[in-house]
Amino acid sequence: MTSNASGALTDLQLDALTELVNIGVSRAAHSLREMVGAQVHLSVPTVKLVNRSEAIGILSAREVSNLVAVHQIFEGDIVGRALVIFPEMKSLELVRAITGGDLPLEDIIELEQEALAETGNILLNSCLATIANMLKRNLKMSLPEVLRGNAATFFNLPPPPDAGDIVMFLYINFAVREHDISGYIAMIMDLPSITSLTHLLDDFIQRTTA
Amino acid sequence: MTYKLLIVDDSKLARMAAAKAMNSLYPDWSRVEAANADEAIKLSQAGAFDVALLDFNMPGRDGLQLAAELRSAHPTMPLAVISANHQDEIVAKAKAIGAAFLPKPLTEQALGEFLQGALRQLQAMGK
Repeated sequence: MTSNASGALTDLQLDALTELVNIGVSRAAHSLREMVGAQVHLSVPTVKLVNRSEAIGILSAREVSNLVAVHQIFEGDIVGRALVIFPEMKSLELVRAITGGDLPLEDIIELEQEALAETGNILLNSCLATIANMLKRNLKMSLPEVLRGNAATFFNLPPPPDAGDIVMFLYINFAVREHDISGYIAMIMDLPSITSLTHLLDDFIQRTTA
Repeated sequence: MTYKLLIVDDSKLARMAAAKAMNSLYPDWSRVEAANADEAIKLSQAGAFDVALLDFNMPGRDGLQLAAELRSAHPTMPLAVISANHQDEIVAKAKAIGAAFLPKPLTEQALGEFLQGALRQLQAMGK
């Protein structure tokens, strides 16, 4: 974590944000469990305020292969991007798990794009909707878009942010052991959105504890 | 008769939220807090609480592992595992251990219902 980026949130704000992400992702895991029919294991979420190159470094250090991501833009009081990221080789396995495993490979390949978009959409919506509800704000979500590339591709999507290079990187690893599926959820926001978020978090902390 | 509640959660905010609900439900109960399973086990060895609320997703051992350890040391202690992750396997494991499952975010109503049951259990045991 860099010193200039980490100072944007107080310890309690960071704690509150991590807890919101934890609840959001836990609900998303339940949705994924319903889709694949097997337990989804979650890591303890890590929330870091880093710049883009650090975010790329964190993900590149963990995943060396090609990646596939489902990307959605959210807009409201806070604006940003949310991504579900899988190693590319696991994406067919995910589609196989969701469709039940009876389909021939060519059908699975044909379905892959659509199934990835839909899975990503369900995961991201259930995560972001939970967070938005708890912050008592409405977030508008764009349609899901499937991207292929590596960490640098996903964290340098155009257009570049207007203000500063600080992004918030939330990551959590999820795994379906029976199907050898694992992936990450990440969110990116620019500085003005992080400022708005700190106010929403303060309201949330006040409501929760006062 | 008042009792002592243990709140285990790695999130300070979540512990504060549980404490707020407790203050409104049973203001005369006392509380101890732990941020992870190790701290909770230490408190348990000192016999420091009667009822425990355990977050599921924590660094180190998770809330189900902690519930199992507490259950073997305290066969009748009322325990609740708290999580937004209400996957069937997790809810079933909590039940198998003999712990209640409470959804996160924790509501005063859900906590109140669990504590009413816990209270009856503790009183029946003559505590």
